[in-house]
Amino acid sequence: MERRLAFRRLTDRLAGCSTTALSAATSLLAVAIGLVLLARAWPILTTRPLGELLLSTTWKPLQNAFGYYPFIMGTLCVTGVAMVIAVPICLLTAVYLAEYAPRRVYAVVKPLIDVSAGIPSVIFGIWGVIMVVPFVQRIASSEIGRSLSRLPFFQIDNPTGYSVLAGGIVLAIMVFPVIISVAEEVIRAVPVGLREASWALGASRWETIKYVVLRHAAPGVLAAVILGFSRAFGETMAVMMVVGNVPQVPRSLFDAAYPLTALIANSYGEMMSIPLYDAALLGAALLLLVVVLLFNLSARLVLMRIARYG
Amino acid sequence: MKRLRRLEEYLFRFLMGLSLVIVLGSLMLILGTMLWRGLPSLSLAMLTQVPKGGYYLGEEGGILNAIVGSLCLAGGATLLALLLSLPVAIYLHTYAGCSRAAHLVRLAMDVLWGIPSIVYGAFAFTIMLWIGLRASLLGGIIALACLELPIIVRGMDEAFRLIPSALSEASYALGATRFETATRILLRQATAGLLTAVLLAFGRGIGDAASVLFTAGYTDRLPDSLLRPVASLPLAVFFQLGTPFPAVQQRAYAAGLVLTVIVLTLSVVARWLSRRLMHHVVR
Repeated sequence: MERRLAFRRLTDRLAGCSTTALSAATSLLAVAIGLVLLARAWPILTTRPLGELLLSTTWKPLQNAFGYYPFIMGTLCVTGVAMVIAVPICLLTAVYLAEYAPRRVYAVVKPLIDVSAGIPSVIFGIWGVIMVVPFVQRIASSEIGRSLSRLPFFQIDNPTGYSVLAGGIVLAIMVFPVIISVAEEVIRAVPVGLREASWALGASRWETIKYVVLRHAAPGVLAAVILGFSRAFGETMAVMMVVGNVPQVPRSLFDAAYPLTALIANSYGEMMSIPLYDAALLGAALLLLVVVLLFNLSARLVLMRIARYG
Repeated sequence: MKRLRRLEEYLFRFLMGLSLVIVLGSLMLILGTMLWRGLPSLSLAMLTQVPKGGYYLGEEGGILNAIVGSLCLAGGATLLALLLSLPVAIYLHTYAGCSRAAHLVRLAMDVLWGIPSIVYGAFAFTIMLWIGLRASLLGGIIALACLELPIIVRGMDEAFRLIPSALSEASYALGATRFETATRILLRQATAGLLTAVLLAFGRGIGDAASVLFTAGYTDRLPDSLLRPVASLPLAVFFQLGTPFPAVQQRAYAAGLVLTVIVLTLSVVARWLSRRLMHHVVR
């Protein structure tokens, strides 16, 4: 009996040690990924000043010129357009789901949104090629497009439809479920007492939402938007299929762009033959990782605080 | 003044309705488009044959290589991720409790969840170079397992959290160790939730293209070895869409439809299962 107990306690201790070790190891995976990418990108980071890498516009691997600027701008423009489209729509939907939706509507809508979070990015890409690109192309060649093209950021030099706008629309739809589900949860977490106090003062429902609920939920809503942003920032396949992949700094919504993610995905096959090329590509991956990690970490810390202190 | 306030209320209610319609409408539009463009070119031959010579010029063949390849990739990755994540989830709920360490692990998992799949691909590719592995089924499995790991851990974490703490307390009171409580009480109670987490991760794995692009490669043959390249559905879609022949592009739509159906089925089954099996669980 004594020995059996000792055995059971030993098993328990061993299991405790091994699960702890494994948890620590997996938690450090993000750090490990960063270090591995840093090690591979080291040759290019040490031979060139960071300013030149980030701000130079020439990307000519054959002549050893590696400037990330067009790609960074490509990623930022596409993501920016996506966020401009997605944020208002997502916040209004989240407010509706958390504050107005009757239970029966909620029971139908919520699972649909959850399911759509699982649709693979390639499917969004195909859909973009089938519907969004021709749509943008038609706008570009229509009367509306011609009158729009006098405005800054709307010039039409690229009639193909493979453009920043197409990428932005596709990405916006991809991040809908991310932003909506986080924002809805945050809005729901606002204490009912606050709302009741506002109603008691005679405020209407929308006024309560505007002055009380959203103000209280602001940090969490911001975190939701940031999570959506970083999801869009790192998206590869869907964007790559619709933005045109022309290495230039986009000047207009209808210009083609070349995001960082697409650069990595498109060039991996050829990177072996040229020195420094793979360092440059893994440097791009490192850049993506750092940005996404910073954004994610700050958003998650905010959300954790909300979950803990209510 | 009063009318203005009422107007504002109605305006925003209208805008909310409109956004909801846009969100649901775009989802329906995507599914509808996939059905409408994919169904006409879907045939039995596509599902049961591997590509023959000239397939990418529009001749005979199918995408069986990609379907089987994707199932192998996602299956292997899910198994590997499950082996790694189950101990982590158990750690979070029996050994760590509410400690700072548990918070840190959860934070790390949430952060890992956000890392783009192309970065996982680049990471796994670098590791493969170091250990001398070429694009292969094994490489793809490693990359996808990294991607799926945080999803499974967080899913299991939620599943364990639903178990009333009185159950494990009762088990401790009877003299069970933490390990025994974890394996005999927690795991059994959380089976439904664990299965849901696994299915959702499988769905994410099967649909991901960017991480298998470098690591798994592509081939026209059925997967036969862990060390050989393997085809996958998302890449089949991507490559076929990239060809200039309309007949091959049609097949890309059909392959996309197959992928959509697989992913949606997994997701619906996972949700149904979790609701169904919940009935047998003590609350």
